Amino acid sequence: MNVKNKLKASILAVILLLVNKFATAQEHPNFINLDGKDIRSSVLLFIIGCICIIIAIAYMQFKHAKEIGKNISALNKKNVLKDLNIEQLKTYINKSKSVGIIILLLFSSLQSFAQTTTDKTKPLMSQPGIIITVLLIAIPILLAAWLIIARATKTVKKFNNIKRLKQAEILASELREEANEESNKALKDRKTALEYSLQNIELGGSENATDDKGLILNVGNTQEVHFTAVKRKAAPRPALEPAITKLVVWYLGCAAFWLVIGTGVGEYVGIKFIAPDVDQVSWLSFGRLRPVHTNMVFWGWASLGMMGLGYYVVPMVSNTKLYSVKWGWIALVLTNLQVTIGSISLMAGINNGGGEFREYIWPIMALLAVALILTVINFIKTIANRTTKEIYISNWYIVSSLMFTIIIALTAYLPFWQNGLGETIVQGYYMHTGVGMWFTLFTLGLLYYFIPQQLNKPIYAYSLGILAFWTQILFYTIIGTHHFIFSSIPWWLQTVAIVGSVGMIIPVFAATINYVMTFKGQWGKVSNSYTLPFFLVAVVYYFIVSMQGTAEAFRFTNLLWHFTDFTVAHSHLGFYGIISFAIWGGAYAIIPRLTRKEPPQHLVGAHFWLAFIGLILYCFPLMFGATLKGMMWMEGKPFIDSVVKMFDYWVWRAIGGSLMFFSHILFFYNFYKMSSKTIEDVNVVDEAINILEQEPSTAK
Amino acid sequence: MNIFNNHTKLYTTAAIMYFVLTFFTAIKPALDNQQNNGPLPGTKPLSGDALAGKMVYIAEGCVACHTQQVRNVDMDKMFGTRPGIPSDYANIGRTSVWQNTATLMGTERTGPDLTDVGNRQPSKEWNLLHLYNPRSVVAQSIMPSYKWLFEIKENPSKNDVIVNVPAEFMHGKTGKVVATKKALQLVAYLQSLKQTPLPESIKPYEFLYKQEKKVTANAGASEEETVDGKALFTANCQSCHQANGEGLKGAFPSLKGSPIVLGDDLKLIVDIIMNGYDARPEFAVMTPVGTSMNFDEKQVAAIINYIKTSWGNDAKKTKADEVKEIIEFIKTNNPAK
Repeated sequence: MNVKNKLKASILAVILLLVNKFATAQEHPNFINLDGKDIRSSVLLFIIGCICIIIAIAYMQFKHAKEIGKNISALNKKNVLKDLNIEQLKTYINKSKSVGIIILLLFSSLQSFAQTTTDKTKPLMSQPGIIITVLLIAIPILLAAWLIIARATKTVKKFNNIKRLKQAEILASELREEANEESNKALKDRKTALEYSLQNIELGGSENATDDKGLILNVGNTQEVHFTAVKRKAAPRPALEPAITKLVVWYLGCAAFWLVIGTGVGEYVGIKFIAPDVDQVSWLSFGRLRPVHTNMVFWGWASLGMMGLGYYVVPMVSNTKLYSVKWGWIALVLTNLQVTIGSISLMAGINNGGGEFREYIWPIMALLAVALILTVINFIKTIANRTTKEIYISNWYIVSSLMFTIIIALTAYLPFWQNGLGETIVQGYYMHTGVGMWFTLFTLGLLYYFIPQQLNKPIYAYSLGILAFWTQILFYTIIGTHHFIFSSIPWWLQTVAIVGSVGMIIPVFAATINYVMTFKGQWGKVSNSYTLPFFLVAVVYYFIVSMQGTAEAFRFTNLLWHFTDFTVAHSHLGFYGIISFAIWGGAYAIIPRLTRKEPPQHLVGAHFWLAFIGLILYCFPLMFGATLKGMMWMEGKPFIDSVVKMFDYWVWRAIGGSLMFFSHILFFYNFYKMSSKTIEDVNVVDEAINILEQEPSTAK
Repeated sequence: MNIFNNHTKLYTTAAIMYFVLTFFTAIKPALDNQQNNGPLPGTKPLSGDALAGKMVYIAEGCVACHTQQVRNVDMDKMFGTRPGIPSDYANIGRTSVWQNTATLMGTERTGPDLTDVGNRQPSKEWNLLHLYNPRSVVAQSIMPSYKWLFEIKENPSKNDVIVNVPAEFMHGKTGKVVATKKALQLVAYLQSLKQTPLPESIKPYEFLYKQEKKVTANAGASEEETVDGKALFTANCQSCHQANGEGLKGAFPSLKGSPIVLGDDLKLIVDIIMNGYDARPEFAVMTPVGTSMNFDEKQVAAIINYIKTSWGNDAKKTKADEVKEIIEFIKTNNPAK
């Protein structure tokens, strides 16, 4: 029990240190004492703590296995004979003869290797925001650790089996000893009893089984050896009009196109951080290309992707037809025009004057506004025609998202106001709610459809979804100015934003709990589906990124991270981890249903892992480097030193970005495979049915 | 509840709620701020060239890397003499019917803040060279080169502004690098970026989160050494005089082996640091870096000691007390500067 105590002590020590630091931090809000050593030693301490816990858990597993091992050697003839099954009994009765009993215990003592290393009491990071962020980063690391423990346990089990084999030999020789009359009779009786068997007709009768109601689908009866695990195929095509297929496929196709181009631009822009003289062409300079990248992935990739999925989900959950397919096409053309013209104008040096995500000038954004208005009317009219009584929660989110975005766009773009600081206040509101109301709200709506649909079970709690909906509106709207903390914006507005950021805990927890509890009991489905991993990543990142956003809004963390690359990492975590993964999951879920063509499953897997690992390589080094950069600024080091410091982290960003970009090419290829009309094997059964279908008409 | 099943009620409620929140946290504060703030007395409207330069600044997307806001936190002190206030932005209106107001506050500092760069780095020669290729003056810079704002002419005319680009950045091209009108306008804009001083009656906001002073066991003598002369040089002098102290030929003089640096005329060195220097026509004008950065005697002494003892220079160090006397003397005798 020494080890258990040690473990408890080490966990307690880590917690106490954190809590202690947290508490003392409150006493000196205007006092900072933080240097590189501090943060490094704290991170180190944290990692050591994690490792301690992992080792301790692994050790306990090991010990548990050891206990089992003891039981192996505790086997003796008496209780073995009692528990023999019929085959063993037959063999034993035939072979029994007397041999001396030898019992060997084969145990070597195991050494305890759970070391406690937390006796170092160096100062920890004292700021709650940083503690929260470190804990959030730890989530994926702990998941990986969990896998390692599982592996270790397996190894231990194998080891125990070797011992079991030895024990079996001993037992076998023991059993060779001749048994006496009495026990022989008992054994023979037992044999008769065990030999009794059911006829398999006691309950089911002797009739042949038929599936009169057509309940059994997708029966697989081919036995092949697969290189990769076989995932479940898409469900049959739902009863949707064929025109929808074309519309949705085109939306997602355009989105995939902009994804490849937009992230290609992003990759190039990222390379410019480490090779600033890679070109010296005005149209390709950093200041012009950066907004091209952000706007292209915003409007071209994510917006079209979400809208495409929306055109499927909204009529689906309303159980009716889409009000107007034609309006859908008009919206698609307008959005594509917006991105094309917008990108060219930015490269030509025509922009709106500096607000992030507000770089397109208003005549170009007007195209999007029309597209959004058409879409929202289309959706509301579809919902008005619904054949279900209630409005499914997905449609709450999706329609609200569209309505709010129109309000946001009008507020930010009406061309007759916003002088002076008014521009900045509106900019904070615009860029924040633009992300949270357009992308997050829409994506949450999609997840409320796709996660239950792919898991084939209802959402965990409808009421949690409703709570998350109203609190998201309440808190998210008021926190825009947290992008301008310590600026000239009124102090009360900054404070409201910080308080609202903390309030975001409510909708984030409500939604996360809802999704995770929907997954609960169905985790097995994740590993045999090629869509669910995408949705799971989206949910996990939704939690991580939203909570990170709250942590970033605190005054101290803002001091440390504002203006650094941390913001870039954060926005990529959110935009990529949540939105992009959700859209991919949605695309892989519905395109095969609509077109009846599966994507190559190993390439879907490759896409998933490249994007997932790429994102981690992109963001985590950038966040670490940005923390060091922020500390250098706070210490008043020369600015150029902080630029030099970032170089390594920018290299990591470029590596991660390359993996992400490569995964997008795979996605584009998979999309092509799912949607192309070329080279298709004739399905003999389908063709036969077609022939039969045509026969009556010719017979008439 | 009926609202769950009635789309008109549901969506109307949501939209109204959202609009009300928008109104009170964005529209109303924005209107209040634009109506109730006026520019400070003494604010100069942008001149023709500077205004045109601002349009170049906007078109090139400089705001992607450079902020224009001095926050009321200690770390922003290096970018301005006081924290920004709403009045600093009050005279910025819509750029045009097509383009929105450009306060250019920015959200990312990949490069330094430019609110007060007109005071910090007013040198036209430096700015032009820096725009042509930033790495010609700051070796580690990752800023893009703005070559398209320059022309290469074999025979520049008399009115052309020639930039003395070091040979390695000419990439084998011959001729003279001439700044175009746009480059000159952009530099005019950068030179115009200066914080307007507050009227005497108004106390500026404090810079919060002050860096804790490192406690040293023996005050007095060791205190001078706590001011890092090398860091000050890197932050304020290196972009012209370079890390190796050799300057750039035809633009910025060398400090290595310089008779002024090695000489005994401390007064002249302090005067140059505090008030700038324009005695040698072959070099660019030096800016009054000490005055614009508000150096105290310890900082000036640290810089002087650094340049006197680096790159093979081996002159006598100075003391902060001596420098203090000289600074006071200069101030009283030369109040205009």
